[in-house]
This record gives sequence, C-alpha cells and structure tokens, in this order.
Amino acid sequence: MTELSAHLPQFQHGQLSENFPDNHLSNTQESLASALFNADQNDNSERRRHDNSERRRNDNAESETNGQPQNNTQQVVEQDEEEDEELTLKYGAKHVIMLFVPVTLCMVVVVATIKSVSFYTRKDGQLIYTPFTEETETVGQRALNSILNAAIMISVIIVMTILLVVLYKYRCYKVIHGWLIISSLLLLFFFSFIYLGEVFKTYNVAMDYITVALMIWNFGVVGMICIHWKGPLRLQQAYLIMISALMALVFIKYLPEWTAWLILAVISVYDLVAVLCPKGPLRMLVETAQERNETLFPALIYSSTMVWLVNMAEEDPEAQRKASKNSTYDKQGSANQTGTEDAEADDGGFSREWQQQRDNRIGPIESTPESRAAVQALPSNSQTSEDPEERGVKLGLGDFIFYSVLVGKASATASGDWNTTLACFVAILIGLCLTLLLLAIFKKALPALPISITFGLVFYFATDNLVQPFMDQLAFHQFYI
Amino acid sequence: MGAAVFFGCAGIAFGPALALVLLTVAAEPLRVIVLVAGAFFWLVSLLLASLIWFVSVHLSDREDARLQYGLLIFGAAVSVLLQEAFRFAYFKLLKKADEGLATISEDGRSPISLRQMAYVSGLSFGIISGVFSVINILADSIGPGTVGIHGDSPYYFITSAFLTMALVLLHTFWGVIFFDACEKRRYWCLGLVVGSHLLTSGLTFLNPRYEASLVPIFIITLCTGLWAFVTAGGSFHNILKCLSCKQEDDSRVMMYSALQVPLED
Repeated sequence: MTELSAHLPQFQHGQLSENFPDNHLSNTQESLASALFNADQNDNSERRRHDNSERRRNDNAESETNGQPQNNTQQVVEQDEEEDEELTLKYGAKHVIMLFVPVTLCMVVVVATIKSVSFYTRKDGQLIYTPFTEETETVGQRALNSILNAAIMISVIIVMTILLVVLYKYRCYKVIHGWLIISSLLLLFFFSFIYLGEVFKTYNVAMDYITVALMIWNFGVVGMICIHWKGPLRLQQAYLIMISALMALVFIKYLPEWTAWLILAVISVYDLVAVLCPKGPLRMLVETAQERNETLFPALIYSSTMVWLVNMAEEDPEAQRKASKNSTYDKQGSANQTGTEDAEADDGGFSREWQQQRDNRIGPIESTPESRAAVQALPSNSQTSEDPEERGVKLGLGDFIFYSVLVGKASATASGDWNTTLACFVAILIGLCLTLLLLAIFKKALPALPISITFGLVFYFATDNLVQPFMDQLAFHQFYI
Repeated sequence: MGAAVFFGCAGIAFGPALALVLLTVAAEPLRVIVLVAGAFFWLVSLLLASLIWFVSVHLSDREDARLQYGLLIFGAAVSVLLQEAFRFAYFKLLKKADEGLATISEDGRSPISLRQMAYVSGLSFGIISGVFSVINILADSIGPGTVGIHGDSPYYFITSAFLTMALVLLHTFWGVIFFDACEKRRYWCLGLVVGSHLLTSGLTFLNPRYEASLVPIFIITLCTGLWAFVTAGGSFHNILKCLSCKQEDDSRVMMYSALQVPLED
C-alpha cells in the first residue's frame, strides 16, 4: 500500500531517542492548530504508515513466491495539518519534488530497460494467477478472459490483505518479519541476477559465473543491510528504487496487455475503497496499530529524509549530576576547582601535545567529565530537525511499482511510442501533485494511486488512439502546431 | 547518420530549453511544479484538438486526399487556438495560486512572482510542445535509413530540430507576453500573440520550402523575443548595467552610532 506522509523527523532504525517525540510539535508555530493531530496522532500516523508498508511487504513477499502482484492498498497520511498553510505549501512544494525525483528515476530505469532489453517485452508465458490466455479468436473472448484474470488477481490481493490483518491482529510478528526478509531476499538476489543476465545478453558481454556470483552477492547483501538495518540514506533510497523497478519489470513481462490495464484500473478502485471505507482492511489495520501504539518496519517505504539524533559522547550520569549542581558553572573555573584524580586520569582523549598547544593558545581549559557533561546538558541541536525543511516525505513502494508498470506498459506496447510514454509520465506526476494538494486540504488519510492511475490510463488511451495519428500526420507533412 | 545526427539534432532542438531549465527552474521546487503542470495543460489542449480532428476525419471521406489535407490544416488551427485558450486557463489558475500563496505566507508576499510563473509556464508549453513534435523523429534518426529517399527533402532532421528550437523559444516569449497582457488587460496584445502563433504554425505549412518557412519563423522569434524582453522590464540600459558587472551602489548608509530604538510616543 502506499502512504504519502509528511511527518516530523524519521528515526533511523535503532537510534530512537526518548525525549524527542514529546516536543516535536511544541516548537512549531501553527496558526491552524487542529485538535485531531497532536503528538500521539503523529506517532500513530507513523505507525499507520509502517503498518501499511509492512502489510504491503507481506503481500510483496507472497507475490515473490507465488507470482502475485503486491497488495496495493495505499494510504496517504498527512501529519502536519496544524501547520501554517504557507508552511505546508512551501513544505509541500519541496516534498513534491522529493517525490518527483525518485518516481521519475524509477520510471526512467523501467523505460530504459524496456526499450533496450527485449527480454521484458517477450512473451514467455503468464503468471499462474492470470491463467486465462489473451490469444483468443474473438475480441469478446479476449475481453472476458482479461476480466476473469483481473478478478482472480484482485481476489488474491484481497485475501492476502485480510490474512495480513489477521496476522497483525494476532501478533504474529515473526511470521510477518520472516515474510519480509524472504521477499527482499528474492528480489535482491534472484530477480537482479536474472536482470543482470539479460542485460549482458542484450549487449553481448561475455561474463563468467564467478564474477557474476561476486557481484550479485555484494549487491544483495549490501541491499539487505541498507533496507532492513542501517545504511546511508541515498544508498537505501537507490536500493528501494531498484527493487521497485525490478518488481515493475516482472509485472510488465508477465501480465498480458488487457489484463494489465484492467488490473491497474481495479487496483485504483480497490485502493480507494480500502482506504476510505470504514470496514476496509487498511483502515482496520491502521486502527489496530493505533491502539497498540506500535511502530513498524521501515523496510518497505521510500523515505526522502532520514533524520536521526546523533548523540554526542555517551553521557556520564555522575558527571552530569556534578555539573548540574554548579549553577554558575565556569568551565575554566571548574577545571581548577574539581581538580581531582579523576580529572587528571580522564583527559577526554586529548593527547599531551595537543593539550600543551591548547594551553599555550587559549589558556588552561581541561576537558573533564563535568565539562563534557555540561556541554551535553545544553539544549540539544536536534531541535533544528523540527525545522520544516528537514521533514521527510514517505511514499510506499507499491506506488512506485504501479506507476512504473503503467509507464513501462505504455512504452512497451503503444504505437505512439515516446509520445504516449511522456504523456503518461506527465499525467502520473500531476496525479501525485494533486494527491498531495488534496492531502493538504482534507487533512486525512487518502489513497495515492487513484488519481495518478486514472490520469495515466486516460492519457494512455487518448494519446495512443487520438493524439498519435494526429501528430503522425503533422510530422509526415512537417507541420508544427 | 545515427548517433551524430541524433545528438546534434537533440542539442539544437533542446539545448536552449535544457540550459534555461537547469539554470532557472531546476533549483526551485515551485517552479518545477509550475513547469510540470504547464506541460499537463498543454497536453490536455492537444488531446481535445486531436479529438476534434479525429472526429472530423472519421465523419469525412477518407479517400479524398485534398479534404484530408484541409482537415489537417483545420486541426492544426484548432490546436493552436486551444493551446492559447489553455494558456489563458493556466494563467487564471496561476493567478489564483499566486493569491493563495500570498495570503498564507508569513510576509504577505508570494514566494514566486507572476512574472516568474509566466516565464516558467511559457517554457513548459514550449518544452512539451517541442518534445511532442520531435521526439519520435529523433528516435528514428538513431536507426539506419536514408532521409528523403523518395524525393523528399534530405534536410528533414536538421530543419525539424531548428523549427523545434524556434518553437520552444517562441512559446517562452509568448508566455511572458500573454500573462503580462492578461494582467494589464491589453487585449490587442493577446490578439497579437494568438495571431503570431497562428502565423508561425501556418508558415510551417510551407515546408519543405525552408527558405519560406524557416527564415520568417526565426525573424518572428527574434521580434517576439525583443518584445518579451521589453515586456518583462528589460531595456538597453539594463543590458549595459548587466554587462558592465557593476556593483549596485548602496545609497543607504547606516551610522551605527546613530541607531537607536524609536521613541515611544
């Protein structure tokens, strides 16, 4: 599922700080304070986001093993509604761009692959969840088959969603976690191995298995670490984009034409229903997560910023207590006053020569446990991370995948070729923009797929059937409009 | 042929546009959004024009070549008019957005001015229009083939590239002039912009007589460029000042000792 969320700083997995969440709202001056969105809600939304991504990850894992498409319930969560509208808009413009760039990159990778590697446009059978073939004699039969295929696919997705909700409700976290790991293992090793092999075949590059094994092993292991544990932000983002592109390529290859378009349409509708209906599985999942006050795995959400608190040198509680007692604390003075054996033994890591140099230049200042504790007791600079500029936006990987499927299918099968691809690309970006705008207006969870996919589909069919013949004729005569 | 023609024509067609985007638009998020939304509006206008053309073609006799040619010209004219109509619609939307941004900003001023939006919207129309006109031609130019083997002009690629460049620049200039004319309610300016767009499109009907089409189009581009420059507030004086790289004299000199808190009345 996809969640578009604007939220206060996201924590790097495993580096959570206790004091942070309580004051992330207190410092911002908002003129439109909404009672709904207090600190708890923010945390809940964060959890919602994680829940949803995890659910999608579940289905993703399932889809890896069974060749099914992912769960596509998307949810858009806006967390900063009480913000000044200007701040929201300004913040929105910057974060719209933060989403434009990865979505564009994913689409570029998919389109480049489709255009160059013929493997992904070759028909090599279908997934077992779309058993009906589209190579039929009559148009009516083909339509019927594709409707049946789409129905089967969607019902599988619904079943998996409900399964996930049940798993989550009964706290089977290990199962979910294992599912996630297996699915990303499959993507990072197996699918990328196939991709690499096809690229080599396309460019006729001679390669031995040992080198390939080394490359895939490194790629996969670094990917697992970046996605599931810690890693540089850009690297994690790059890996998420790559696995989304790989997944989208699989769909483009194995879904026949009419089925693919139908599935895209039905999934948007399902997304709308699942997020906005009171009894929708997504909504239930979100509410369960809210009740439990839990966070989820960040492995399946693309996040544009990762702000974590870099704690300074570990706090020494003894020293801190001593420091707080000295109300008129003077670093220089205390160095002299508290000249104990401790202070002499603990030189804070500064070497003798450095200390002598420092003493010559600025006078005797010792780095004592007390001085260090006092510095640490100063208001943390992490408050700057509440600056609106620092906030990140998140988008679920399911969105990336389905956007890329749409654009990739357009580039693979359209007769208008590049015109159609570009029209779909612009349509999806505008849909994303509009979704964010609606978010700012309605200030509640919204699905991110429907608008973009609707625009994309309309533009695909319109450009392919109406615009392409027109532009073709104009180009033939070299007319310009 | 091949890669040389592709890169050369792509550079000619989109060099100015790319430079303008990289230097002026790419750094500001709001401008990028205006760019993409402008492309969307142009696409919608093209869609409607194609629909009209498609319906008219299907209602007519397919075999009559002259009729089809006439319908194509009609389609092109409708497309030009619709483009300008959507430019006006985009102007209205941006005006509303500008007011909205101004009211909710902290200091009462919108972070982007209407003039900047005029420029970016013109650029966006130009880029998407150029891309749609020439991208398939560029894609074909990579592959093997001989241009004009059946008697057509062998300069097809390069003239297409130059026409596209002219079109991109023209749209940018028209955007600036159009928005300014709408702001100041100078409807004769609007009419002139629409008229020059129709004229440009009409001149391309003279292809492949390139001396009759390319040269006038570039003259029109130059004139429109000058007009847009003057509309945007430029002048010979400004150019001189810019070229001489003089530092702006700060005529406000503050005596720090004289600074005081204003007296309470």
